Amino acid sequence: MKSNYLKTFTNGILNENPVFVLLLGMCPTLGTTSSGPNGMAMGLATMFVLTCSNVVISSLKNLIPDQVRIPAFIVVIATFVTVVQMCMEAYVPALYASLGLFIPLIVVNCIVLGRAEAFAAKNGIFSSMLDGLGIGAGFTLALTLLGSVRELLGTGKLFNKVIYPEHFGSLIFVLAPGAFIALGYLIVIVNKLKSKSKK
Amino acid sequence: MLIFVAAVFVNNIVLAQFLGICPFLGVSKKVETAVGMSAAVAFVMTIATLVTFLMQKYVLNPMHLEFMQTISFILIIAALVQMVEIILKKVSPALYQALGVFLPLITTNCTILGVAIIVIQKNFDLPTALVYAVSTAVGFGLALILFSGIREQLNLTKIPQSMAGTPVALIVAGILAMAFMGFAGIVK
Repeated sequence: MKSNYLKTFTNGILNENPVFVLLLGMCPTLGTTSSGPNGMAMGLATMFVLTCSNVVISSLKNLIPDQVRIPAFIVVIATFVTVVQMCMEAYVPALYASLGLFIPLIVVNCIVLGRAEAFAAKNGIFSSMLDGLGIGAGFTLALTLLGSVRELLGTGKLFNKVIYPEHFGSLIFVLAPGAFIALGYLIVIVNKLKSKSKK
Repeated sequence: MLIFVAAVFVNNIVLAQFLGICPFLGVSKKVETAVGMSAAVAFVMTIATLVTFLMQKYVLNPMHLEFMQTISFILIIAALVQMVEIILKKVSPALYQALGVFLPLITTNCTILGVAIIVIQKNFDLPTALVYAVSTAVGFGLALILFSGIREQLNLTKIPQSMAGTPVALIVAGILAMAFMGFAGIVK
């Protein structure tokens, strides 16, 4: 049983990594990863919402009638998003300003609703929590990675530490097109590694 | 007019602001579905912006319930989508046939909620908000249809195996976004 729980957790990080494998939640992935710290903050915010909403939904799953489950899920998710939004505005206003619009948009992040529907609505509270943590960790990892790559290529910094002088960097990676291209190549690398490990 | 050009080209919702990437990647495999999706989005976005705008002005602001914004907006959008679906089915079955499949998908399209929130944040008045909503939808449609055209062509070319599918689509989107960056500076 113990290994089963562990599997639920690591599943979200590796096999079902929401960004690289399931390709869900693309909007925040591309929109908030102009630097490593930004990507990580967004990932953590999503992870919090995902874990909390998974726990609440799986504990309420017998009370919610099947026909209205989607609206009910959305209300639960929106509540936690509002909590995150207010906390961030109060304690880390600078971060809140740089993520801006994307915090309320966690509501419509397909990952959160997707996991609620696909996992939390069918499984127990504890494994739902682990699933939320695992998928959230996978998401955070992917966002941090993409953010760091873009930050490094674009400005020559890594988590605000200078690696090489800024004028060697190409600004394009911080701007919109770079996001698409960097993510595209990251997925290529992941695919390549996966097909290699299968052999 | 300025808002229109700015929203369609310079700050294109998909390619510069990263909203609505999911449908952008999901339904862009054929030009036909892309057209249907963008029509449905334009339709819902205009109505949703109108309703959420009035909601914010006349219900949330006077009662100091601004923190309920996210919850109330998403519920309004979900309800609206459902309502539009029912009305369309009754009034114009032909249009329903064309848009039907895309309507439920729109609830989770972040462009709709995104535009509703941007309009509030930027303090637009009602006509400006409506123009903004319509032109954003046009921008979304433009990007989606262009992209689906490119993807249809991509299917015919030979691509390394690990790049096929989404990765190459993302890279193409990046190049398309670069093209759209050329419009920057038209409107300040």
